[in-house]
Amino acid sequence: MTPAPPEAQPDARPTPPNQAPPLRELHATVALVRAFELAVAALYRDGEVPGFVHTSLGQEAVAAGVAAALRPDDYLATTHRGHGHVLAKGADVDAMMAELFGKVTGLGRGKGGSMHIADPALGILGANAIVGAGIPLIVGAALSSKQLGQDRVAVAFFGEGAVNQGSFHEAVNLAAIWNLPAIFLCENNLYAEFTDSSTMTRIGSVAERAIGGYGVHAATVDGNDAAAVHAATVDAADRCRRGEGPVLIEAMTYRWHGHYEGDGQTYKPDNEASRWRERDPLTVLRARIVAEGLGSDDELDAVERVADERIERAVTAARAAELPAGEEAYEHVFGA
Amino acid sequence: MSSAPETVPTRYMHAINAGMADVLERDPTAVVMGIDVAAGGGIFTVTKGLSERFGADRVIDTPISEMGYVGAAVGAAMTGLRPIVEIMFMDFLGVCLDPIMNQAAKLRYMTAGALEIPIVFRTQTGAGKSAGAQHSQSLEAMVAHVPGLKVVMPGTVTDAKDLLIQAAADPNPVVYVENRRLYSMKGALDEDPRPLGQARVAVPGDDVTVVTWGQMVRECMAAAEASSASIEVIDLRSLVPLDMDTVLASAARTGRLLVVHEAVQDFGAGAEIAARAGQELFDLLRVPIRRIGTPSVPMPFTPTLEQLLMPQRDQIVRAADEMVAEG
Ligand SMILES: Cc1ncc(C[n+]2csc(CCOP(=O)(O)OP(=O)(O)O)c2C)c(N)n1
Repeated sequence: MTPAPPEAQPDARPTPPNQAPPLRELHATVALVRAFELAVAALYRDGEVPGFVHTSLGQEAVAAGVAAALRPDDYLATTHRGHGHVLAKGADVDAMMAELFGKVTGLGRGKGGSMHIADPALGILGANAIVGAGIPLIVGAALSSKQLGQDRVAVAFFGEGAVNQGSFHEAVNLAAIWNLPAIFLCENNLYAEFTDSSTMTRIGSVAERAIGGYGVHAATVDGNDAAAVHAATVDAADRCRRGEGPVLIEAMTYRWHGHYEGDGQTYKPDNEASRWRERDPLTVLRARIVAEGLGSDDELDAVERVADERIERAVTAARAAELPAGEEAYEHVFGA
Repeated sequence: MSSAPETVPTRYMHAINAGMADVLERDPTAVVMGIDVAAGGGIFTVTKGLSERFGADRVIDTPISEMGYVGAAVGAAMTGLRPIVEIMFMDFLGVCLDPIMNQAAKLRYMTAGALEIPIVFRTQTGAGKSAGAQHSQSLEAMVAHVPGLKVVMPGTVTDAKDLLIQAAADPNPVVYVENRRLYSMKGALDEDPRPLGQARVAVPGDDVTVVTWGQMVRECMAAAEASSASIEVIDLRSLVPLDMDTVLASAARTGRLLVVHEAVQDFGAGAEIAARAGQELFDLLRVPIRRIGTPSVPMPFTPTLEQLLMPQRDQIVRAADEMVAEG
């Protein structure tokens, strides 16, 4: 079930570059994702959440900035590291947490898990456990949007590691030749599993690869600055809705934790993580909000407390929820 | 120069590692390729230490480009190298099937033998740990269905090493499938490796022949112990070649055949074995052939449903007991 198509906006103009970013909204989202990921990391460590878990700690500004620039009916597809994107797009916190616990109240009734969170009613076409697989799917969503005259934008999140996958190249080229409203959102967190991604390409800049390789518009942004990500996404979505074709955004960021929870991270140089933690997306936002007089430290603390409490409630609810009944295993293989 | 002394029990994962080391040591044209196989030592540490020992030219880290590097490995195998190329999860075959299915499997035939493709596609599977529907599939029947590919599924520590070494020495493309739930299993290494293509009677018995491979060998052996019936467990070790002689000899004697596999049941390798046995032993079988596999649904994430679907020891015991009761 997808929401009704919105009115087309043929005369939509670009957002004025000086339009104030929704800093408080961004802060609240980053705080929510942060609280979610910290809770999940602890739950996984304690054996309450099964399977593989890949957290986005340190990268929350990308999720917040992109989602705040999208309309509710815009599409999104993401990766194994997708909790933040999905939460920011508005997925129900309780249903997400329950899915990670494998409970029947989860978004996939416990059958998907952390790597397969989806909520099509919110345009969330799903996380993915196959690196690069979401990118062509989003090109398809953009094709639907265009053919059906829906004016919806489709965003594919992926890591820089996925850019060496054929699916990325084929998908970007398709979107380019068909002039589709697709945003390719590369979260460059420097590592793909245990590999320093700069060792796997001669062209370090994903944006350059997109421009030079496929002739699409591309921008590089500070991925730890939610406002910068927001501005870039507003611009990209405007371009898409004006029919100017796809845009690639490369958001430079860093994952604080391992590839998966439990990864010893011996491949990271000393001090690298602590340097990046100085540019914590949360403190970057807080400093700007306080400096611009949009909120006090106390107020921001209160927002973060609310986020923590929201996640605690979700954990409590997920713990208490039922596991799916046995018959559930056989349902949804085919539709009628 | 294999690393582990032959008598000391070792782990399945270390046996695979020792097998690769053995191949790299003896054959200068052998290379290991895959995502994070070198510096990272493999996502499950199965290739740990190989790059330090043999160098980055022989143990090659690749980008996340399965179509590219698996294709390149096939090309290298046509032209003088002998690659052991890793596909991290068997599910990722979906990303790189063409070089395996349309290239490696067919080129020897289409060139009337002029091209030789000595390559090992090393991969692993193993549901039961909530890895989700895209990281839990046992797709051995899919590759076994492609003429020109050998398919090997070690279920013991010694086979983990011996079959890898034999696969690497084979002049044909071999899909070598590990089971990650066996990685920490301990066992002894045999002095005299059994040839690839020969099944093994893992447990002798008289009442029911249970044919299996991979992780289910362990389950079936435990079932044999638990059952009041005398179960003969046959570990196939490879699906292609398929050692039907061993299966038929056993089932002719017991008159009862049960095939057990972790892969989904529908259109699985069990059907092939059952069909061949049915044709050969029609008069000798006392009861209809049975199969136990995972029901044909994508593997759910939640542990309870996963356990419900995967073949379990007591399910095997029950089936064997029922078959004996039937006649
Ligand atoms: C086709 C495929 N190959 C390999 C993997 C294993 N794998 C999972 S995540 C990952 C690294 C991805 O790196 P990147 O795209 O940069 O995303 P990040 O983890 O940094 O968010 C790899 C190799 C996979 N899931 N799918």
